[in-house]
Amino acid sequence: MVKGVIHHAIQIDEAKCIGCIHCMRVCPTEAVRIREGKAMIIQERCIDCGQCMRACPAKAFYIKQNDLKMLQDYKYRIALFPAVMIGQFPDKISEEQIYRAMIDLGFTHLMEVEQPIRILIDLTKEFLQENQTSKPCISAFCPAVVRLIQIKYPSLIDSIIPIKAPHDLAAHFILQSLMNEGAKKEEIGIFYITPCAAKISAVKSPVGDEPSVVSGIISMSDFYGKVRQAIKWEEAGDTQTQRKNLTREGILWSTSRGESSGFGNRAIAIDGIHSVVKFLDRLEKDEVKGFDFLEMRACDQSCSGGILMTGNRFTTTERLEQRSKKYVTYKEKELPDKLDKSALAQHLVIDEIAPHNAFRLDDDISKAMEKMSKAQRIICFLPGIDCGACGAPNCQALAEDMVQGQAKMSDCIFLQQRWQNEGKIGVEKAFLNLEKKWGEGRFNADCNKRGRRNEGF
Amino acid sequence: MIELKFNIEGGDFDSAGTASSETKKKLQQLNVDSKVIKRTVVALYEGEVNIAAHAYRGVVTVKVSDHQILAILKDEGPGIADISRAMMVGFSTASPKVREMGFGAGMGLPNMKKNADDLQIESTPGVGTTVTMSFVF
Ligand SMILES: Nc1ncnc2c1ncn2[C@@H]1O[C@H](COP(=O)(O)OP(=O)(O)OP(=O)(O)O)[C@@H](O)[C@H]1O
Ligand code: SF4
Ligand SMILES: [Mg+2]
Repeated sequence: MVKGVIHHAIQIDEAKCIGCIHCMRVCPTEAVRIREGKAMIIQERCIDCGQCMRACPAKAFYIKQNDLKMLQDYKYRIALFPAVMIGQFPDKISEEQIYRAMIDLGFTHLMEVEQPIRILIDLTKEFLQENQTSKPCISAFCPAVVRLIQIKYPSLIDSIIPIKAPHDLAAHFILQSLMNEGAKKEEIGIFYITPCAAKISAVKSPVGDEPSVVSGIISMSDFYGKVRQAIKWEEAGDTQTQRKNLTREGILWSTSRGESSGFGNRAIAIDGIHSVVKFLDRLEKDEVKGFDFLEMRACDQSCSGGILMTGNRFTTTERLEQRSKKYVTYKEKELPDKLDKSALAQHLVIDEIAPHNAFRLDDDISKAMEKMSKAQRIICFLPGIDCGACGAPNCQALAEDMVQGQAKMSDCIFLQQRWQNEGKIGVEKAFLNLEKKWGEGRFNADCNKRGRRNEGF
Repeated sequence: MIELKFNIEGGDFDSAGTASSETKKKLQQLNVDSKVIKRTVVALYEGEVNIAAHAYRGVVTVKVSDHQILAILKDEGPGIADISRAMMVGFSTASPKVREMGFGAGMGLPNMKKNADDLQIESTPGVGTTVTMSFVF
């Protein structure tokens, strides 16, 4: 992997994209533009939070994933999945039935990623103890938040706790356990069932240097459907041993307050990417002080609200809360004796989180200043309506795109109108400009258009 | 050179913070070192809050050139009678109302001094205060 190149999981299906501006409106980093009638993502600004995918009325966003057929290549086939997976199912389907169905789909081992959470808790507590001065510390749990800090709040990178997430821990945990029992590394296939796009990017291009041990990625939304279809109603066998290390804290880990409730004297949990952005703004100015630990998750209701989750995020969280009551706390749960904890701990260290300013107008400050002055002059001519009809999220962004040579004055429909009024541009030319921007024939009457057939947005 | 200007009203704690937030965005676009950005926004924020907490109204001007950021916070207000005393850690004349909002620890000016490369205060009691800070990079 080339250093610095970030893999992004979110893709746009151009055939499905209807060229509206829903995705562009919600993007927290202004990474989306509409060019020639189709949405495009400015890769270096994308944090994989999935807001665009959520907002799309045409389901034009998708994520790249692996096929379950890949399972056949391995003797040991491990499904690595977060506990929120279980929370999505209706109450009438038991944990046992869900586990059974997953085995029927071809897996030999089922590993809820939060099983060995104790190791993560101990490491984090140790870190917080030793780093009293760099408070408040930010959890590295949500990869979208880590990316956001890298591109927009680089001065806060030092506040991130350099400890990886539960899926990294679980992958190494199961790998080590199986190899202890005599399995060979090449016989082991680990498949991560992901609730979001951010985790995919984190698996494919981890923040640190160590390559991932995950063999394949499966989207939770597809997988949920497959598991539901495979649910059997007759008496199922016992799969208890597959989750013998699971604890109360583990089950709740990826829900809101799952981490923060266990750390520090004063801890805050923030969910929802726009709330996270606002909070980081304040944090950067030292406007918020006195906290030890910050849990920040890109999705509302944390991973229960992951972009690839099927269940309702509130009922998912509630089911997990109920479920957690049936499990003991991690304090009462000893991990297997044979486990080499220090080896696992080594794999969890994030060596470096590199800053990457994705908003610079130019690498060179003098040139950047020239561009900024130019953009400030351009702004005088734009109407400040922030309508998005130019294909940029607001007038300011259009001005910046212009100084970067990515957009033209005539992209602003109001400016064009004014020019027509002043006789500076012909009606036909103006219309051609619009069609160029939004696609030929875009403004013809069309009764098959979205929104026409009882399918309002 | 890039120049930014912001108005602040006394008592308006909601808007105090706008100047530092907007300045941060611009400095990031100019690709200024993130440590310098951090120092600038921390000091600027304290200055904004001081205008909201202690003065009637003020104007914040930020000038960015190739190697330095100059922030001038000029307000109309009661002024500071004893500047060296005001600079002391823990000294504050903040009203109980301001304290209730979590300000008034007497940390603002010392924090500004710590973060800026240079800090100058000029004040005329009964007229107003001008705080000038520079950050070099
Ligand atoms: N712009 C100003 N106009 C008038 N008085 C000021 C101004 N700025 C500071 N002062 C005076 O200086 C004192 C110390 O300011 P400083 O910012 O250090 O502390 P504070 O504002 O009282 O509390 P904190 O900043 O910790 O919330 C203030 O209490 C106030 O009396
Ligand atoms: S909150 Fe959870 S599901 Fe959402 S982006 Fe972050 S890790 Fe993924
Ligand atoms: Mg103050």
